[in-house]
Amino acid sequence: MIDKISGFFRTFLLFELVKGMMLTGRYMFKRKITVQFPEEKTPQSHRFRGLHALRRYPNGEERCIACKLCEAVCPALAITIESEQRDDGTRRTSRYDIDLTKCIFCGFCEESCPVDSIVETRIFEYHGEKRGDLIYTKPMLLSIGDAYEEQIAKDRAADARYR
Amino acid sequence: MSAVFQPIVNLGYWLWGLLTTVTVAIFGNEIAPYVLYGVNILLLIVCIVAPLMLSVAYLTLWERKVIGWIQLRIGPNRVGPMGLLQPIADGVKLMVKEIIVPSGANKLLFVVAPILAIMPALAAWAVVPFDPEMVLANIDASLLYIMAITSMGVYGVIIAGWASNSKYAFLGAMRSAAQIVSYEIAMGFALVGVLMAAQSLNLVEIVRGQQSEFGVFGWFWIPLFPLFLTYLIAGVAETNRAPFDVAEGESEIVAGFHVEYSGMTFAVFFLAEYANMILVSFLCALMFLGGWLSPFPASWGVLGASSFLWLLVKAFLVVSSFLWFRATFPRYRYDQIMRLGWKVFIPVTLVWILVLGAWMQTPLWIWWKS
Repeated sequence: MIDKISGFFRTFLLFELVKGMMLTGRYMFKRKITVQFPEEKTPQSHRFRGLHALRRYPNGEERCIACKLCEAVCPALAITIESEQRDDGTRRTSRYDIDLTKCIFCGFCEESCPVDSIVETRIFEYHGEKRGDLIYTKPMLLSIGDAYEEQIAKDRAADARYR
Repeated sequence: MSAVFQPIVNLGYWLWGLLTTVTVAIFGNEIAPYVLYGVNILLLIVCIVAPLMLSVAYLTLWERKVIGWIQLRIGPNRVGPMGLLQPIADGVKLMVKEIIVPSGANKLLFVVAPILAIMPALAAWAVVPFDPEMVLANIDASLLYIMAITSMGVYGVIIAGWASNSKYAFLGAMRSAAQIVSYEIAMGFALVGVLMAAQSLNLVEIVRGQQSEFGVFGWFWIPLFPLFLTYLIAGVAETNRAPFDVAEGESEIVAGFHVEYSGMTFAVFFLAEYANMILVSFLCALMFLGGWLSPFPASWGVLGASSFLWLLVKAFLVVSSFLWFRATFPRYRYDQIMRLGWKVFIPVTLVWILVLGAWMQTPLWIWWKS
């Protein structure tokens, strides 16, 4: 009974509404947490899964041995690989396409790779302007790997003890 | 202060003299006074509507800023310094967008509806006094006029909902109609309290009735406190603002009565809603918060003097509280709105009118016009 009466007065005298408004009023003067994107960026983990890259060994030889594990594990079927024997007798990919419109950035390709060839970099601000622009081919992936090798190697090293 | 404005006033008189001479030269002495009268009224209307439209534009920016701050964001800040050009960019965008008329719509009513919505929102400003002298039409029944004109705003909403030939628009219009009719009654009773306390229906007289040696405590928000709150909340409901925005209800019925509107027709609804918001805050400031009277004692010089600026400050605070409500409260359910209107506001206002009537018969009533 007492509860009912006090509840009535709390509602009728707008007690609860005023309490709610005080809360939002306090928030109005709190420090804002907006990140103003192009100028400011949020920190990234070294495990960030962004745009893919194909790496090379320090001597310039490409790492990929065309084992097709990544193609097999890819849940979105975004990777297409064709392989052939090179003149020196090693097996290499003649085609390595990643369809980034299919890719779900799960990182399985990176984990399945026995030679750390296919990796995901921290790059996330890329775009395509026409159909097909987001199908990345082998030379494109290799050139990303060449351009960002330093960062990629550092991220792998930082994560090495958890693997 | 007046010394600063004197050159402007002189320039105005000079321009008006020039206009008079030109008009007399063109139309002759017979017709010129009528023409001048019309021109004079037109100029005064522009003097009210142009700043009103500007404040509507910047109210949208202020709303986005305030709601952003409350949500720990910073609000628009890309277009111009601190986002100050954002409303202009929005306006240009709305003006150049296509007006789409749905194929099943009633074309005439579809186009007329936004006009019907904004017409009363602007017409009501005719009797709003900004100062004891600055009022376009100082009529005796201005409170009644405001009641009558603002009630007509609902026709725009209903016609828009019906003419769109869309179920969401129609649902929104039905909700809006029921809501506005219900809250009109509580609002009317709140105004009855004001007219009892002020012994007048004239808005200038109502503000004058709040002038006393008690300063802030002489204003009507003290004796009419329940009515003040009722008016404020009913005002939020009348203008279809959150938490009473079931007529729009974007999570249930997309955008309610204006789903099918685009471009300038939508912009006109938008202007009407915000002009109504500003109108309700001005009326709140005039009827309950002492209008242009200063909250400080007269001995404080400029701060103590009653001025148009005080009215602006009070209306600004009220309109900001509308935004604060929007950022705080979730939308009412439809039946809750009806319950609040009929089973809480109407009894509360009726009881307070009785209390007020009794109170005014006793010597405890200190708000008699001095």
